[in-house]
Amino acid sequence: MTPYYYLGALALIVIGIYIVISKKNLIKIIIGLDIMDTGVNLLLIAVGYVRNATAPIENVPGPYVDPIPQALVLTAIVIGVSVMALALSIAVGIYRKTGTLEIDELLEVKE
Amino acid sequence: MDLFTIVSIILIVIMIVSAIIAAELKDLISAAVALGVMSLIVSILFFMLQAPDVAITEASIGAALSMAIIIFAIKATKRWEK
Amino acid sequence: MRRILAAIIAILIFIVLAMAFAKVPFGDVNLEDYHYYNPITNETTQDSVPNHYLVEGKNDTGATNIVTAVVVDYRGFDTLGEVTVLFLASTGVGALMYVEEKKKRKVKKANAVVETGSKLLFGFIILFGAYIFVHGHLTPGGGFPGGAVIASSFLLLYLAYPKFHAEHKKLNISESLAGLTFVIVGLLGLIIAGYFLYNFLPFGLPTYLFSAGVIPIIYTAIGIKVGSELTGIIDAMMGVRE
Repeated sequence: MTPYYYLGALALIVIGIYIVISKKNLIKIIIGLDIMDTGVNLLLIAVGYVRNATAPIENVPGPYVDPIPQALVLTAIVIGVSVMALALSIAVGIYRKTGTLEIDELLEVKE
Repeated sequence: MDLFTIVSIILIVIMIVSAIIAAELKDLISAAVALGVMSLIVSILFFMLQAPDVAITEASIGAALSMAIIIFAIKATKRWEK
Repeated sequence: MRRILAAIIAILIFIVLAMAFAKVPFGDVNLEDYHYYNPITNETTQDSVPNHYLVEGKNDTGATNIVTAVVVDYRGFDTLGEVTVLFLASTGVGALMYVEEKKKRKVKKANAVVETGSKLLFGFIILFGAYIFVHGHLTPGGGFPGGAVIASSFLLLYLAYPKFHAEHKKLNISESLAGLTFVIVGLLGLIIAGYFLYNFLPFGLPTYLFSAGVIPIIYTAIGIKVGSELTGIIDAMMGVRE
């Protein structure tokens, strides 16, 4: 089976990089960071898949899927949401101080 | 081409289209809703890759709480991107 | 101009990464081939890393969910670090979004469907979240999605009633006690057997609720702590309403 999952996860990472480089609104950039996080998690779990195997819970016999990438991604999802919450509160603080959220207007407020 | 491959290809195409829609819309609340749809489809793909722990975690944190936090931040600032 | 340049850079990065991932096999792997090679002493072990966790996990820890055994027992110190990161994020959000009393916002009253539905569903959602983190060593789930489901039930109450506020003192007390339980269980393992987070309670039979040593106690503490912290984040970002 040709690797459709790898191409899909790499497409998500590349869409996230495109949003961070070329958009000007701060909240749009933070949405791009979240899309990149989700793409990396999908790539990590797709590497550990074994065909015709079942989930790593031991009440049924048989071959199992690799359990180590799942333990990594479980931590990474929670850390992703906490980073995004802190970034959004910094963006709201910037809006309250200067009144704008576009990055080319923020570069001129240097007094 | 068995059933697993066909369903995977359809879901991956819908996920990439949702991500492109979230990148290009000017209305920020609609972009947040597209982000929620993308997180939900990624949770279904995690379940098809035989990882139920990660699917429950992504569905409850990515599709519910992450979208709620973004919409609260948008309501405290502007809604339309210039 | 900027968009065209960004699109060209993005397509170049995609081509480079796709060429790097062309040699990685998908699905047709044999888990008994991944042996551990030690570069210092230049020898290869006979045991492969995923196979060791899958075969020995049930005897070493007593849990039937192997992902739980890896997260709490084999790699328990990293879970302590992650709980610390969540605590720092919750404190930072609470400090940055502090607003004085005179900037209030007006919020509309919610629908009749949402109000009556939330009265029925609040208890059931908390019960479901508690079920997920208590049975963490038997069924998929664990402490982190259980805490997120409990925070979702409080989000439902925030959306249904405009004047609802979760009290900060009770959230702080529950979060601190749960974090203290985790560290005290680790220190008890250090006192009894010489390793931090050692599994010192008896294992019992597998697939029973009271089995797997300290793992249910640690996951209950993590579930309560994550639920309180995510509720605190939602309360801080909601702002002050009248």
